[in-house]
Amino acid sequence: MALAEPFSTGNSLLHRLDPRAKLVAAIVWSVTLAALNDLRVLLLGVICAAVLLVAARLNLPRLLQRLLVVNIFIAFLWLFLPWSTGGEAVATWGPITITREGLLLSLQLTLRCNAIVWACIALLGTSRLVDVAQALRALRVPQKLVLILFFCVRYIQSIHDEYGRMAAAIKLRAFKPRTTFHTYRTYANLVGLLLVRGHDRADRVHEAMVCRGFDGRLRTLDHRRLQKRDIAAAALLTGLTIILVVFECLTTG
Amino acid sequence: MHIAEGVLSPPVLIGGAVITLAGLAYGLRSINADNVPRVGVMSAALFVASLIHVPVGVSSIHLLLNGLAGLLLGWAVFPAVFVALLLQTILFQFGGLTTLGVNTATMALPALLCYLLFGRLLRRQGALGVVASFLGGALAVALAGVLTAAALLLSNAEAFTTAAAALLVAHIPVMLVEGVICAFCIAFLRTVKPRMMPKPRNTRERVDVG
Repeated sequence: MALAEPFSTGNSLLHRLDPRAKLVAAIVWSVTLAALNDLRVLLLGVICAAVLLVAARLNLPRLLQRLLVVNIFIAFLWLFLPWSTGGEAVATWGPITITREGLLLSLQLTLRCNAIVWACIALLGTSRLVDVAQALRALRVPQKLVLILFFCVRYIQSIHDEYGRMAAAIKLRAFKPRTTFHTYRTYANLVGLLLVRGHDRADRVHEAMVCRGFDGRLRTLDHRRLQKRDIAAAALLTGLTIILVVFECLTTG
Repeated sequence: MHIAEGVLSPPVLIGGAVITLAGLAYGLRSINADNVPRVGVMSAALFVASLIHVPVGVSSIHLLLNGLAGLLLGWAVFPAVFVALLLQTILFQFGGLTTLGVNTATMALPALLCYLLFGRLLRRQGALGVVASFLGGALAVALAGVLTAAALLLSNAEAFTTAAAALLVAHIPVMLVEGVICAFCIAFLRTVKPRMMPKPRNTRERVDVG
């Protein structure tokens, strides 16, 4: 499955919150945390995000796998930062000097990244993609952009299925990928064919939609009103971020 | 490679967001209502293509195809890349909400540049068309690597120097492979579906994907 949404089904408090409230909370949280620097404040942020993750009651093996993948970029930075940052030496192996500043910087990036990502999994991962798209529309994101998102979501699965069939077809014809022009040409034709078929499919579907009265606007049958608990949850998270900002200001004087 | 959350400094994040907002605003204006589904499908195809792994020597890379997208979509590449990255953010947490601006800009800006440089040469027969499409694919990846490294350096020049250099070196094989694949793919589309090629200079039709 290219478009698996393993966390979107469930019955936790977070799953039941309105996607609009969660989207606002996720944006406020991400933007604020991205600007914080103090290690203790960031650690507090990670703890808050962990509480959210626990409250979302997600499938644990899947969640751990996801977090592992997210931290690949962070691991890449851990390979370089501890010795490429100047400062007070902590340990020396031959030409490589590990500095205190480098370690602290790596730790800071790790905490900040995970505080943001954990909260976003708990807030955005617990809604279906189409609901997040509708929430974007509610936040006045341009109609065309949301429509492109809808079409994209709708077609990823069918294009991925198409890719699977073509990959099987070339394999049946004894194709073995190597570092050769033949391999690259085959992949290029495969991509080209995906684009051509996607293009034709888009035209057919668009014509069918126009025949049924599509006028470029999204309509939904889901007229959920924001409830008190949605607003309370968004306010709670916003309050938490304000507290973190206050802590940061206090610690830096 | 998409930069993760929490790594870049606020000024760089804001700069990326501003560039992306400008690109999105202009890109969306250039898409007429009938072309919206095609841009969505192109975005989906890019998303799927980025899951394809291509062998290079003993290792393998996954395709970026931002150059190809730029050549075929023109200004509409901004919304297409933005949507694909937004989905990767929500689905896999690759990148993130705050880095969406920077990551979209590093991918879409080079793609747009390649379109402006090479878009009109693609319809030429013979070597010129092939060279233009190779350069379009390769340059877009190279510049994406340069911009990603620049975003790291602008955030913290001292600490990120080696990481940024490693990132650039890693982009070299990807660049060559993407160039070759882009050239073959454009040649394929020119034969199979000439409608999908960029139109000659004409402001109204420029974003007509097909």
